Order: sequence, then structure tokens, then C-alpha cells
Amino acid sequence: MTPVVRGQVVEFKDHLAAMGIVAEELSPLAGITAQLKLQTADWGKAARVAAQQRFRWSAIWGDHQSPDIEIKALFFGTDGHLLLQTNVPEKSAELASHTPFYVAASRPERYLHDMFGVTFTDNHDSRRWGRHQAWAETDFPLLESFPVGGFPAKETPPDSGYPFEPVAGAGVYEIPVGPVHAGIIEPGHFRFQALGENILRLEERLGYVHKGIEKIAVGRDLAGLIRLAGRVSGDSTVAHSWAACQAVERALQISPPPRASALRAILAERERIANHLGDIGAICNDVGFAFAQYQMSRLRELWQRQNQQLTGHRLLMDSLCPGGVTVDLDQSSMIAMREEIVQLRTEIEELLPLLLEYPSLQDRLSDYAILSPETAEQLGAVGYVGRASQLADDLRRDAPYPPYHELKIKVPVFSTGDLTKRLRVRGEEILISLDLLVKLLRAIPSGPLVTSFSLPNHEIEGIGLVEGWRGETLAYLRLDEQGRVVRYFPRDPSWLTWQALELMLDGVIVPDFPVCNKSVNGSYAGHDL
Amino acid sequence: MFRIYNKIRRTGKVTEPFRIDDDQVAELGTACQKEIARYFSGSLAIRMVDAGSCNGCELEMHAVNNSFYDIERFGIHFVASPRHADLLLVTGVVSRHMQEALKRTYAATPSPKLVVAMGDCAGHGGEFGESYASCGPVSNVIPVDAIIPGCPPTPIQLMQGILQLLQKK
Repeated sequence: MTPVVRGQVVEFKDHLAAMGIVAEELSPLAGITAQLKLQTADWGKAARVAAQQRFRWSAIWGDHQSPDIEIKALFFGTDGHLLLQTNVPEKSAELASHTPFYVAASRPERYLHDMFGVTFTDNHDSRRWGRHQAWAETDFPLLESFPVGGFPAKETPPDSGYPFEPVAGAGVYEIPVGPVHAGIIEPGHFRFQALGENILRLEERLGYVHKGIEKIAVGRDLAGLIRLAGRVSGDSTVAHSWAACQAVERALQISPPPRASALRAILAERERIANHLGDIGAICNDVGFAFAQYQMSRLRELWQRQNQQLTGHRLLMDSLCPGGVTVDLDQSSMIAMREEIVQLRTEIEELLPLLLEYPSLQDRLSDYAILSPETAEQLGAVGYVGRASQLADDLRRDAPYPPYHELKIKVPVFSTGDLTKRLRVRGEEILISLDLLVKLLRAIPSGPLVTSFSLPNHEIEGIGLVEGWRGETLAYLRLDEQGRVVRYFPRDPSWLTWQALELMLDGVIVPDFPVCNKSVNGSYAGHDL
Repeated sequence: MFRIYNKIRRTGKVTEPFRIDDDQVAELGTACQKEIARYFSGSLAIRMVDAGSCNGCELEMHAVNNSFYDIERFGIHFVASPRHADLLLVTGVVSRHMQEALKRTYAATPSPKLVVAMGDCAGHGGEFGESYASCGPVSNVIPVDAIIPGCPPTPIQLMQGILQLLQKK
């Protein structure tokens, strides 16, 4: 299969016109290439045109502005992001689905229905997704009228009546797993249908750690928002806080000082490296290769201790603030980091070939749990999951933001989409990130850490888009005239990779599911919100 | 194969005695071990439950198993089922979608049992608090014996928290 060649976002309006669809061109939010407002009736047709252009489907979210609910959907083309929007009345909120053209839209639309009451008419799957039993089918938590405390029963019953897709046949049986798993891992439910040891079908059921992040964000000041953003997914604290800060800054039309941008990138690359180290060890451990786990967890620990030295936090939490950063690097920290980079590179350059050449490890990982490039494209898979299956999107290179616009970003890409490649992408990304850290440290600008700003006396909105370690990470934000949050929507890249896990299990046996799961390593918290 | 042995030999032993802080170096783990010997016949089995965390606490829980802390050397180990556990280590606020699962996990753990709320969310509600989607801190749902503060607690704080609980018993 040849790599995906996508159409141009700037030409999208013409393509719509050719189909007889009239769209109103809006002045795009900062960071977006084009923004179009559509008639409600054209919503589904526009997705068809986007799919013809082979745009990647990225996200959908709602925003209640009584008496309407505004719906926005994000796509990605060769020249950046396309934002489509339309309004539906809150009373009879109905909209055509994007799922006939984009599989990835199904769960986000179901979630949007659970939170806003918008019905997507031709989504083949109309089951609840975000909602279990904590609120009624007729209640929609993200409508303005719904109180943040809700109307909870003293005891929330388990969602045991959820209608999983049945699979029938002689000898076919079901294995329910979770929400509480066997390892040290977040909660979720996996429903396997198996024949002997072979997985016939897996269906994921998530939403167990839904904590109402979007609702409790409402009314927060900017400091409170960024603290919350840093805890959407604890392993991606830099990615989500950067996306939220970027959304604030773009809404305010300010830029962080060059030194702050460089420091943010240093933190983001450190986060990428720490997580990849952990994942490589854990993938190997899930096929019983403990050597790699001990080596990688040792390197991760050393890396986290350096995080503590540099920022006062082992996971780098609360290091960003609107307008800049809260941490700085002095001369001695920079020297320590340079030494650390050299050491880690030596270790990784020794360990990676060892893992990739070790026959009994490769026997378990090669040509197994394959996500084909075709499936990956249909799903719009991002990050290392996409890159192992020929989808090379990387916002640092393809929709760059400071300081990456001045750096050459290498993106490792493979086409076979098996377990080994998902491990290998991570290994290569560690080495690439180490290179980036060297470059960032060499050219770190001097100057202030924060751009000061004052709040305008009117409502503003902004969108943040950064490449987290799992992939494209989004934050949409609307602030009122006092600078308080009216709407915060964080979209973790896991939304675009969880489904990939279901579709890579052809020929996989039940006991090998954990290693497949680890190779994707979707965030439960980032997904469930 | 020889490359692996060689790497293991050159890596050597990185496991450390526990430093509580700079001027007070204590064998925290050994102290733990004494209490575990007294109450749990030398072996403390922990079942972790993420009831609604951001995954930060889980990362640090993994860290206590790495070679530097190697919590297993003190007889503390993580088990796959609450049926095998002496102690439930709970992270996160309790999301309403996890309320029943947590209660069932608690019921499945044989008595006498201990419950530790790890982190600011589990202890006091942290960043998420109580809402339509969250029951708030763990103590709102099941009895809690100890709280380990931190966002997330570091591996050392996690070890200390467990020791303090054992010494209080």
C-alpha cells in the first residue's frame, strides 16, 4: 500500500460547492487552516467529501449555547486542520452521523449523545458509551441546566445490562474481564468471544473512570483549568497542559516567550522518553522477557529522578502555566541533562538491537497482532500505533508550533503494523527525542519564562493541538468575559487508538491479549474523562 | 544470550537502602519487614484498585517494583485478585461508575483486611472532588485505614505510608 496522500484543507470549500453544499467560511481559530459553518442538513454529506479527500477524522465535540448546541468536528489534511461546525436546537437535537465514512466517529458520537442528548441518526451503533448508570438516560450532564452535583443515587448500580454484541456458534464462549484487572492498571471491561484459545472478537467497554472533567472545569479560573488539564491523563500531563495552555494563549492572541516554548518542548520530549521506556519494558515483560523490564524500568527510574531534580516533580506535573512555564533550567541542570542524554543513548543503542535480534522475544512479537495500514487509515490511528502501520502524522512536523517549527523532526514509519513495529517505533522515538533534547539545550534562548497578559472583557475561544507521546492531543476552550471556563474539551489521542486494539486480534490467542493491549497502551483516564 | 548476561553483569545491583530524608537514613524497608513478620507471617499481599485515578499513582506503584526500590524484598507483593490480598491500595476519587466494583472488591478481600487510600484524590478528593460522576474520596465508599498524601505520592512516600500504617496496628 502506498502512503496516504490527503487533499488540501484550503480547497475543501470548493469540493463542497461541487457537491452543491454551501458553507460559510469563518475566520479560523488560530492554529486551524480553515473553519467552515455548515447547514445542519449538510453535516453528513460534508464528511463524505472529507473522506473522499482522505482527510483524517480527528474529533467531535459539543458546546451548549442555549437554545442551540454547537457541534464542532476536526479533520486533518495535508495542509493542516479543518474545523467544521453546525448548530442543532437543544429541543430536537438530531444530526447525520460521520460514521458511514469514518469508523472513528462512532464512539465519540455516542459519547456526545450521552453528554448532550444529540442523536446521530445513521450511526449504526446507538448504544450508550460514556454513560453507565450514574445518571439517567434522559439526563445530559453537559447541558447548562444540569447541575455539577447531578442527581446521584446513594448507590450507583453496575452497568450489568450493557448490550454487548453477541456471537453465537458451537463451542463459542465469552470471557468477561474487568473492570478490576489483574495487574497494576486502570479499570475497563473487555468482553472476549473465544473459540478454544483463539479470540474471535473483542469488544471494549470503557467509561469506568469517568470523573466529569468537562463539567467540573466549568467556572474554573485559568490556574485551576491547567491544574485539571495536567490530570486528564497522568502519564500525559505535559501534553494535556501544553494543549490547554496553547488554547488559552491562542484565544488571548499571545505567545509564550521563546525560552518558555523551548522548555515546554524539553518537558514534552522528556515525557515521551519516560513513557516509551516504560512501555518497551512492559511489552517485553508481557511475553515473559523480564530482562527488558528490569533494564527499562531502571532507566525510567533514573529519568524520573532527573525530572524531580529539574522540575520538582517525577512526572513533570504543574510545570506549565498560561503564557509560559513555572520551571527553569540553570547551568548545572543543563550540564546534568547533557550527561544523562549521553548515558541513556548509550544504553538504548545497546539494548534496542539486543531486543530486536533476540530470537525467542521476536518469535512472540513479530508478525503478530497486526494492524494493517488500511485499517489504521480507516481508524485514523495516531502516534506510535499509526506509525507502525504507515500513518506517519506528527503535528511537530506536519502542523508545527513553536519551538518545533524551527526543528527538523524525523518520524519513524513502518508498514507491517505488528507488535515488533509498535515496540520499534517507541525505541526509535527515544533516540530521536534525545537528539531533539540536545538541539533544544544547545540553542535554548534566554529571556523571560512567562508572557504576561490581561483578560479581554468579552468571551473568547481557542484550540490547542500538540503532539503528545501518544499522538495528537487536543484542547478546546471557551472562556467568559472574566476569564472563567465555559467549555473545556480535552481529546486524548487514545480515542483514536482504542478501536485499533479490537481490530488487531485476528489469529491472536486469549493469553496474548495483555501484550497486545500494552502495545497500544490507550489511556483509560484520558478517554473516559 | 551472552550479551544479556554481560549486560546484567555490568548493570550490577542498583537496589538501594531507603533514605527517608537527607539527614535521617533509615532502613525503612527493614522496619516494614519486621511489622509484616509480626502481622502477616512475613508476607503482605496488596491488591491495587484504580477507582478513578488519572493513572499517575499507578505509574509510581509500578516504580516501587523496579530494581531501585524492589519492594518484594521486604515481603510486600502485588497480587492479581482481592481473594489473595491482605491490603487494598486504592487510587483516585471513586467514580460513580466504579462504586459497585470497588465495594465488591472490598467484599471479596478476606478479613482482617486493610485499606490504604493512595494519593490526594483517594484521600481527600484531590482535583476531582465530588460530582454527578464522582463519589469523592475512598472513605465515602469503603472504610479507610490510612491515607498516603501526594499527587502522586513518590515511591518512598508510598513505602513510608504503608510502614506507618503497619506500625499503628
